Amino acid sequence: MRIFNFDDQFIPLDEWIQTGVDWLVLNYREFFQVIKVPVEVSLESLEWLFSTLPPFVIILLFAIAAWRYVGKRMAVFTVLSFLLVGYLGLWEETMTTLAMVICSVAFCAIVGIPLGILAGRSDRFEMLLRPFLDAMQTTPAFVYLIPVVMLFSIGTVSGILATIVFALPPIIRLTNLGIRQVHPELIEAALAFGATPWQVLRKVQLPLAMPSVMAGLNQTIMMALSMVVIAALIGAGGLGNPVVQGLNTLEIGLATIGGLSIVLLAMVLDRITQGIAHK
Amino acid sequence: MAQKVKVAVKGLYKIFGPHPKKAMSLLKQGLDKAEIFEKTETTIGVQDASFEIYTGEVFVIMGLSGSGKSTMVRMLNRLIEPTAGQVMIDGEDIISMNNDQLVKMRRKKMSMVFQSFALMPHMTVLQNAAFGLEMDGIDKPTREARALQALAQVGLEAYAASMPNELSGGMQQRVGLARGLAVDPDILLMDEAFSALDPLIRTEMQDELLKLQAKAKRTIVFISHDLDEAMRIGDRIAIMEGGSVVQVGTPEEILQNPVDDYVRAFFRGVDPTNILTAGDIASDTQVTIVITEGQSPRAALQRLIKNDRDFGYVIDSNRRFQGIVSTDSLREIIDLPEQPQLITKAYIKGIVPAHAGDSMQDILPEVVSHPWALPILDDEGAYLGAVSKNLFLRTLQRSDPEEVTDVTA
Repeated sequence: MRIFNFDDQFIPLDEWIQTGVDWLVLNYREFFQVIKVPVEVSLESLEWLFSTLPPFVIILLFAIAAWRYVGKRMAVFTVLSFLLVGYLGLWEETMTTLAMVICSVAFCAIVGIPLGILAGRSDRFEMLLRPFLDAMQTTPAFVYLIPVVMLFSIGTVSGILATIVFALPPIIRLTNLGIRQVHPELIEAALAFGATPWQVLRKVQLPLAMPSVMAGLNQTIMMALSMVVIAALIGAGGLGNPVVQGLNTLEIGLATIGGLSIVLLAMVLDRITQGIAHK
Repeated sequence: MAQKVKVAVKGLYKIFGPHPKKAMSLLKQGLDKAEIFEKTETTIGVQDASFEIYTGEVFVIMGLSGSGKSTMVRMLNRLIEPTAGQVMIDGEDIISMNNDQLVKMRRKKMSMVFQSFALMPHMTVLQNAAFGLEMDGIDKPTREARALQALAQVGLEAYAASMPNELSGGMQQRVGLARGLAVDPDILLMDEAFSALDPLIRTEMQDELLKLQAKAKRTIVFISHDLDEAMRIGDRIAIMEGGSVVQVGTPEEILQNPVDDYVRAFFRGVDPTNILTAGDIASDTQVTIVITEGQSPRAALQRLIKNDRDFGYVIDSNRRFQGIVSTDSLREIIDLPEQPQLITKAYIKGIVPAHAGDSMQDILPEVVSHPWALPILDDEGAYLGAVSKNLFLRTLQRSDPEEVTDVTA
């Protein structure tokens, strides 16, 4: 049977994609260089901010946030973590990573929350969106790392774009879930009192979906942090650098302190954002 | 009595499912609900409903679950879009309204109270009460003042700053009621509003509603599956079965003339002595004697004998009740030597007439403890008729044929 003859490649999809990306790079590189500008600008301002502020001020700000939203013990943990990272000689890298994470999470929120709302209010849109979200979460980052570099060139911005692709789904999914979890009777009540669809969204659905949206934001932060090492492969810098460098030169110690710093930063950001979500 | 029509429902249909048009044509061919569901997987929610709701009345729509009553009330404010038919409110067809008109109508004309309360959990009691006004774009100080007033009406102004989940079920529904009242609607839709409350609180809320209704008459459409509730608060009741409105009338009318077995079954458990009043059953078949200058005891006696009655009911020319005389008491007066012989002297002592609004329960002791029929007066003291033991028992028998049999005393 010819149909089940799998010895020869019948669909040369790989070649088509190769050709397609080459064509994009050749003709539209300029365009991609332009659309990366907003990401570049926000990232540079954040990096400037974190490198200009004295470490003392940054530690104090995080400690205050930890105290307010979580508690005294978390504030102590935050201070100790930052001090340890500094004493390990990774302060600068930590600030770069912090800037990258905040920048990518901000873009994820700007794009993800509206998409999540749309998905929450339309079954069709949700159905359309789901395969894309699945692909974004499961496609190995290395697959899209190279086209991203080809289009946006090596550097921190490419790292952020790759991070956004990976970290965007949770906030969309959890915003969608939050909107859908609002009790239909509440929507009905709002409509019965003459609410417009926009009022239903703003006065009922969004406030009630907030805890879920915050949980999504928290997940997005964690996923962004987990991309730090991969982003370092394309020259994004930050805490991924010591890890990548350590791997390349078999300096296990260097790789470990890089990894440890990422974990500490993740714990601090996770606890504080969860604390905010529960307030 | 000429009543002003507030809401007129004409030939209203709601068909749920994939093929409403097909179902409609099958309905017109005379197929029933089950057959149509089998053929089209389409459910008939409401079928050819027509009735009128008058200004200022409490109109109860009653039926078992699945009878379409919740669908019906949601078509009155178009939370559910009717498949066919007309809903006229103040002469305006709301089915043909566009979105803007509909939103305006919901904001100004009607509000709704829900079985599950449906309070916004993220808002305070005050913000909840002000919700309708907020949707209408009323500024904060005004809407909060009006919301506070509405909360005061239901006795909850002290809880304005609380969150709904801090309140008991009964209190939460008071907030729901305040939210409905705050917009000062012409029409209040209440969807099983008290059904989720325990019986004691439910009665309390019914009283509350009646009290509010006594102060300011609103048109209230009340959905209920509870007959006692319908009887207590309803001026008129519509009974729904399988999506159709089978009977509309006052509680007394429906109780006395149920249109079919379904309606009768509804009322089987009902004790008619709680619902029917003395005025409902009083009959004007007793001999009445109008007291005038010329009416002598002798003439009165003649009339009683001629009508083969033992007792006569004396009224004045304005039908005001004066007293009861019997053949015996009249004879006593006639036999006395003193002149003039006055009919007033023949009145039987210890007569306590009942009022038209008294329930059968209330008048029972008086009816059974005297040989004469109990006279019933209206609010002005005019004689309406009388209730004899016989009449009382016949009413019981008609309302509940299974329990009272063969009463001919």
